Amino acid sequence: MIASIARWLDSRTRAAKFARSIMNHVFPDHWSFMLGEIALYAFVILVITGTFMALFFDGSSADVVYHGSYAPLVGVHMSSAYQSVLHLSFDVPAGLVIRQMHHWAADIFLGAIAAHLLRIYFTAAYRKPRELNWMIGLTLLLLAIANGFLGYSICDDLLSGAGLRIGYSILLSVPVIGPWLTFLAFGGTIPVSATIPRLFAMHIFLFPALIATLIGAHLALIWRQMHTNYPGKGRNDRVIVGSRLWPSYTLKSIGLFLFVFAVVAALGSFVQIDPVWIYGPFKADAILPGAQPDWYLGWIEGAMRLFPSVNTHFGKWLIPEVFFPGFLFPAVVFILLYAFPFIDKLISLDFRAHNVLRMPWEQPFNTALGCAVLAFLSVLFVAGGDDVIAVAAGAPLAWMRELLRYLAFAAPLLTGVVAYAICETIRRRRSRAIPAQPAEPFERSEVNVEMR
Amino acid sequence: MSENGLHRERPDLDQATERKIRTTAWFATGVMLSWNLGKRVAFALFPSLCAQQSEKQVAASNPSQLANSDRPSSSRASDLNLTLAHETHLLRRRRWGTFLVGCSFAASIAGFLLFFTAYWTGGSNQMLGGGLALFLSGWAAAFIFWAHLLTAHKEAVEPREDMQPPARDREEFEQAFCDGSRELQRRGLLKLITATGLGFVALTVVSLFRSLGFNPNNALYTTVWKRGQRLMTEDGKTIRADTLEPGSTVIVFPEESLGSEKAQTVLVRVDPSQLQLPDSRHDWAPQGNLAYSRVCTHAGCAVGLYLRTAHMLMCPCHQSTFDVLRGAQPTGGPAARPLPQLPLYVDSDGNLRAAGGFSTPPGPGFWGMPS
Repeated sequence: MIASIARWLDSRTRAAKFARSIMNHVFPDHWSFMLGEIALYAFVILVITGTFMALFFDGSSADVVYHGSYAPLVGVHMSSAYQSVLHLSFDVPAGLVIRQMHHWAADIFLGAIAAHLLRIYFTAAYRKPRELNWMIGLTLLLLAIANGFLGYSICDDLLSGAGLRIGYSILLSVPVIGPWLTFLAFGGTIPVSATIPRLFAMHIFLFPALIATLIGAHLALIWRQMHTNYPGKGRNDRVIVGSRLWPSYTLKSIGLFLFVFAVVAALGSFVQIDPVWIYGPFKADAILPGAQPDWYLGWIEGAMRLFPSVNTHFGKWLIPEVFFPGFLFPAVVFILLYAFPFIDKLISLDFRAHNVLRMPWEQPFNTALGCAVLAFLSVLFVAGGDDVIAVAAGAPLAWMRELLRYLAFAAPLLTGVVAYAICETIRRRRSRAIPAQPAEPFERSEVNVEMR
Repeated sequence: MSENGLHRERPDLDQATERKIRTTAWFATGVMLSWNLGKRVAFALFPSLCAQQSEKQVAASNPSQLANSDRPSSSRASDLNLTLAHETHLLRRRRWGTFLVGCSFAASIAGFLLFFTAYWTGGSNQMLGGGLALFLSGWAAAFIFWAHLLTAHKEAVEPREDMQPPARDREEFEQAFCDGSRELQRRGLLKLITATGLGFVALTVVSLFRSLGFNPNNALYTTVWKRGQRLMTEDGKTIRADTLEPGSTVIVFPEESLGSEKAQTVLVRVDPSQLQLPDSRHDWAPQGNLAYSRVCTHAGCAVGLYLRTAHMLMCPCHQSTFDVLRGAQPTGGPAARPLPQLPLYVDSDGNLRAAGGFSTPPGPGFWGMPS
């Protein structure tokens, strides 16, 4: 049966030879290579659950009166978009589970991408020949952040309404082209009926298409260049060590996909996320105190809170205060990240191609830098919820904010120094413990000379 | 288990309990069926499970038989023991793996049944999602156990393609490209056509942007507020100069645009003797009635909180505070610009009216905002 199907296909596509070479492809076994895979599978889950939701969502801000089965909101005026979210959550069988799964999958998608990025950074996997894939990955992160924001914004509830206003203000603050950009994205000064349909189209069409395309390019490049290997016995730049695609890796990977799916399903059914019916519909003159964005935007929110209130003028033109923490700061972070493979070449003066990873303790400066940036972002992340923390701790908010401002400078310094010291210690211990090491690096460098 | 039967036996059961009983019964039946089915499928897939007992006996009673099957009989005794240990290890691993895969598969079927039952009997979201999670995780575990315990694991080592490609490839490409270009006569013309075409495409795209409401024009600068507009609450009540007690606030809109976000204004009444408005605004607050734009100048949230004793308006999004007595100048938090003030006057009927538009454009800052 299978043989005859295979024969039928092969006589039309001549794919057998190609398929055979695919089955032999080798994938490394280290757990950290699963992070990117988790992100990929989270995206698949997002597409599946998102398609289901798109069949029920009505991306329109037309005013309607609610008559569904959620009693507290019956008779309340709301947008058609918000009403369709309530309908999906309360009146469609399994609708709420699917919607919560979608939101959880988005958070896991972003989390897996971030963890994957850290793994790549701390093991220097971005080095030649993989600079291009590093940049594609960063673009994917950017698109994922933007699409996550769009996704929870189109529910048109009171919480996302505040987020939408902040996003609008940030885009509006961009020098020179800000107002045009804002009107292009939002369709006018919000709230305006054009906003929700526009964000909806971007969320389900434009951004997913871009993400899917770039994931394809990302995987194609990984396939072409093959994965890196952690250093170890028998590892060098000229070979790849691991398990073959068929059968071992296929089974494990399908298992991982199903496992990610299972975790998302469990979270979606047992852990409440984004309960829009509690927030209520968006209303121009209402506001929800203690509002926070989804976790992946927490660092920008924190930066906006800690940044001093300065009004900058450029001649007679205004640069509003939100521009610096809300737009310039993330832009600089991403530009530095995009440039990092090339910055690293200047730090390490190593222009060769590498297939064996550099462990964190073999690059103390990079590790310290990474840890410092992480510490900085963590302080900002905490600052993103400083009002809630201040209330919980009973401390005055202004005092908390001042402390966090000092911490934003002190924590990275301290973390960086400690990380550097730890890396140096490990490096010295290892070089003392394994004096017979030179044989392999020598062999490696020999290969590198050839490859250059 | 028909509904009628249940009613006759237990008329006191309410619908929810009845549904619970029905769901449980369906689920229990399903689990039993699936356990049977799972066992059968597992045995069919892995006959070694059935043979477990007999194989163990054989291995215990006659060790040499197993080893003899694939080792030459001339092996030394120690060698034989080693082989035997290895074989037993493999056998145990295979049995253990088969058992785990079977269990996972059974769990997966149970999860599926839970989901299926919950869906068709209108069960809770927790049962739906829990069933789905159990179904998927059981399935996942089956694959992972299979990969780790029932796959002969060999570390594969493959050579990589040389990362520095041979220069010949590129040279051939350049050659082919140049050969092709030479076939194009009048290359300059082609460049011209391409460039013009692309230019027109760009212009078309820009034109289409115009349909998206691309040009802000005056929208950012103006609101509906103008001289003579009465202040009204959202439900259309007019406000008199003495409607508010000192220390209280109300949200007001221009009478022509009730509920408008951009024009939303907070009316605060304070003791006029406390006012510290700039001289140019001395007549903007009749009898201590102050009107400020309610859209935060920082990030556009509604400035929803009033700290009465401190005379501060506060934005709940980033906790910016504005001093009501001094023209809503920012006093704390990230906002850098004051809330625009709306000049007021009292008409002949005693109602509050706007004496003009906001002092500056309301809302978050932008490049062309006058300061």
